Amino acid sequence: MLGKLGWGSIPFDQPLPLAASSVVALAILGVLGWAWRAGHFPYLWREWITSVDHKRIGVMYCLLALVMLLRGFSDALLMRGQQAIAYGNPGYLDAGHFAQLFSAHGTIMIFFVAMTFMIGLINFAVPLQLGVRDVAFPTLNSVSFWLTASGALLINVSLIVGEFAQTGWVVYPPLSELRFSPGVGVDYYIWAIQISGVGTLLTGVNFVTTILKTRAPGMSYMRMPMFCWTALATNLLIVAAFPILTATLAMLSLDRYLGFHFFTNEAGGNQMMFVNLIWAWGHPEVYILVLPAFGIFSEVVATFSSKPLFGYRSMVVATMAIFLLSFTVWLHHFFTMGAGADVNAFFGVMTMIIAVPTGVKVFNWLFTMYGGRIRFETPMLWSIGFVVTFVIGGMTGVLLAVPPADFQLHNSLFLVAHFHNVVIGGVLFGAFAGVAYWWPKAFGFRLDERWGKRAFWLWITGFYLAFVPLYLLGLMGMTRRLASYDVPGWHAWLLVAGAGALLIAAGIACQAMQIYVSVRDRARLIDESGDPWNGRTLEWSTSSPPPHFNYAILPQVEDRDAFWLMKQARDETDRPRYAKIEMPRNSATGVVSAFFASVMGFALVWHIWWLVALGLLGAWATFVVFAWRDRSEQEVPAVELRKLDRAHRRAATR
Amino acid sequence: MNRAARIVCAIASALPVAGCAPGVLDPAGPVASGERLILLDSLGIMLMLVVPVVLATFSIAWWFRAGNARATHRPDWAFSGRLELLVWSVPTLIVVFVAGLAWVGSHHLDPGRPLDASEPLRVQVVALDWKWLFIYPDQGVASVNRLVAPAGRPIAFRLTSTSVMNSFFVPRLGSQIYAMAGMETRLNLRADKPGSYRGLSANYSGKGFPGMAFTLDAVPTPTFDAWAAQARRNGPVLDGQGYAALLRDSENVAPYTYRAVAPSLFDAIVRQSGTPHARFAIDGRAH
Repeated sequence: MLGKLGWGSIPFDQPLPLAASSVVALAILGVLGWAWRAGHFPYLWREWITSVDHKRIGVMYCLLALVMLLRGFSDALLMRGQQAIAYGNPGYLDAGHFAQLFSAHGTIMIFFVAMTFMIGLINFAVPLQLGVRDVAFPTLNSVSFWLTASGALLINVSLIVGEFAQTGWVVYPPLSELRFSPGVGVDYYIWAIQISGVGTLLTGVNFVTTILKTRAPGMSYMRMPMFCWTALATNLLIVAAFPILTATLAMLSLDRYLGFHFFTNEAGGNQMMFVNLIWAWGHPEVYILVLPAFGIFSEVVATFSSKPLFGYRSMVVATMAIFLLSFTVWLHHFFTMGAGADVNAFFGVMTMIIAVPTGVKVFNWLFTMYGGRIRFETPMLWSIGFVVTFVIGGMTGVLLAVPPADFQLHNSLFLVAHFHNVVIGGVLFGAFAGVAYWWPKAFGFRLDERWGKRAFWLWITGFYLAFVPLYLLGLMGMTRRLASYDVPGWHAWLLVAGAGALLIAAGIACQAMQIYVSVRDRARLIDESGDPWNGRTLEWSTSSPPPHFNYAILPQVEDRDAFWLMKQARDETDRPRYAKIEMPRNSATGVVSAFFASVMGFALVWHIWWLVALGLLGAWATFVVFAWRDRSEQEVPAVELRKLDRAHRRAATR
Repeated sequence: MNRAARIVCAIASALPVAGCAPGVLDPAGPVASGERLILLDSLGIMLMLVVPVVLATFSIAWWFRAGNARATHRPDWAFSGRLELLVWSVPTLIVVFVAGLAWVGSHHLDPGRPLDASEPLRVQVVALDWKWLFIYPDQGVASVNRLVAPAGRPIAFRLTSTSVMNSFFVPRLGSQIYAMAGMETRLNLRADKPGSYRGLSANYSGKGFPGMAFTLDAVPTPTFDAWAAQARRNGPVLDGQGYAALLRDSENVAPYTYRAVAPSLFDAIVRQSGTPHARFAIDGRAH
């Protein structure tokens, strides 16, 4: 009846994680209960949960990423603590628990923090920057978000019911096969990633269509803001790469559920096929994460230098070059597999070639600042922190791309330091810059600068303190994923790295404080103009927060930096004619289908087959109901458009 | 310790939390020193660009701060053909140099390439859960978690695994390589001087992973011969039964030797990958 599920599935023998996660679960239930009691639920349901507005969905993505950042970072703190202590003793975590931590940390940070942040910011900003009223498929967008949330939920359920994978975040077989991982951990991984992966793929389809087919009049490709270009590249990468991940994990689940032998040691399976396939997705994934961040930095550096982006065409070419090259380098993740010298050298050289367009971007950001009037508000601080940090991370990446150097540094803490160097310094700093930059647009008030700057300085010092020791430890031959060790020379450095992690924790606390203070002091931080940074692109031309239809009159784009031009030639006498528009109606399709998907995922993990069927049927029925709905749009009358637009014009010119 | 490692350690000891362990910057053999040279050369080439870029970032950001009235403001400067040429060619140039190093280095330091013309010591390495088995086919002995080899003589490794993937790695000798079930990889190393070198698995392999450490003791040739002779007299036999016992999971295994090894055991392990366990392949819970 309940498959493999029983009382034994709840890890009562590990009181620490169980207690911690129960507290979190109770807190979440408490907040939900409070919202219900206080009567906020109808509002949340109407305005957020069933919303198909890309801005609301973008905000919810970022909120999910923030929450998951707390979870992923807690894992990191526990691991740093363990390695700081476990010199010559087993520490406070047993090997299995430690393995769950590093597997969950990687999975959560990549899929539910980095990617979720980037997709959230793309959702929020791209349609506004393109000068359109919504994405191509608004309800599908809501489905994407809720499926991502469903995957995140499944991973967190594994804390209380069962266990998580003990294999690392790319679940290499044969370790992830049933013979070596008989528990449900790998199954949680598979179904969390498969369900959220469907959501990500739909996002890719949605945004490729949106960017290619729905742009404001006059917005030709070469007039698009840089962030739209990088979003296009990222979503093309998603469409091309995510099916590989889905197929790879499907093969692994056939091995695990039906006794297939794709990757087993037995009966002709081949583990290296999995390793090739997962990195054929995994390396493009790196650029899925970092390209939107490059776009954010391009917007921020130009805006806060009060200059157009330098070398726009070069930037476009560089972005698309990275997009193409990212599919030709996957083998550098396993030079130590023992392929021949020609194969290794080829993939090493291809990897280095990616450094060329990336270097071009760095130079162009510097030239954008050159001759500018640079304002050092938090988004700009993150951007400068990024340039310096990312250049160093890029350099160590090219070092690892030299096969003979990689033979020595592969899987060492040097590698761990490298990818944190680019993912934190690139993607996460980009997300923080983006959140600070677009926050006033989303909510109508700025984030508090003082707490923002504190967070920045704590993060950047904490980062270097935590990861420079890891580079050195890698050179001292320390490999990754060690729950304990007995080499005396490593210990001091792991203590330093632990201190760095604590500084980052203080940085995160400052960010939480920043949000609290900003909401509390929103009257002081209010921005009525809709253009707090003296922006250049279209999103700053509408009110903050924008009306649900974004633009009463679709903007006419004459050139790049369209809003900057409009501000130069502002026509006060302009009295546009307003005509009624149609906007998509809210839909519960996303949240309901994701509910059924979560049920199905949970049932698949625990082999509760009747519930699998029920979940699948429910998700399918939800789509049928959606497909049969008669009215999909609602009208916004011209009067309302005129009223809101006039109010904004008055505020903007004041 | 050599210069580069000394510099790292000097920085280390300048801090109140001094600590240092010999690693890839303290090569004890030709492979590791070749790799260190390539590592430092590539680093040097890239630093020629990276250091100026980092300095330029700080100086440009500082000089063009909004409050600096002396800085020239160029609000519309967004393109320069010459600079475009420059920004594409400078990174390209750097990459050409590093790529050259990578190409030559990959061939020169290919793990499968014999080190010199002399007769190598043959060692067959088997990764087990969670220990290393080293078979010496020419000496007819085997050891667990301790590898003894004559200093100054090349070692030719053949590697495989009985279960999950591991990576065989002796940082001070160079090149790590995967050990994979059903497959055989090759590696050639040499310890130039006698010494005791730390070895480990560099690929996570399950709960006993931290205990997959071993020592590689490089000793003078007569000592090695004496060790092999001693090993032939003592210890259990690695036959079918001994191998089955060895296959059982165990952690932090103390080193010991086998006085005899079944002929072609290594080839049999590669060929029959997984078969003794085939019945566990579908229902892992029986394991």
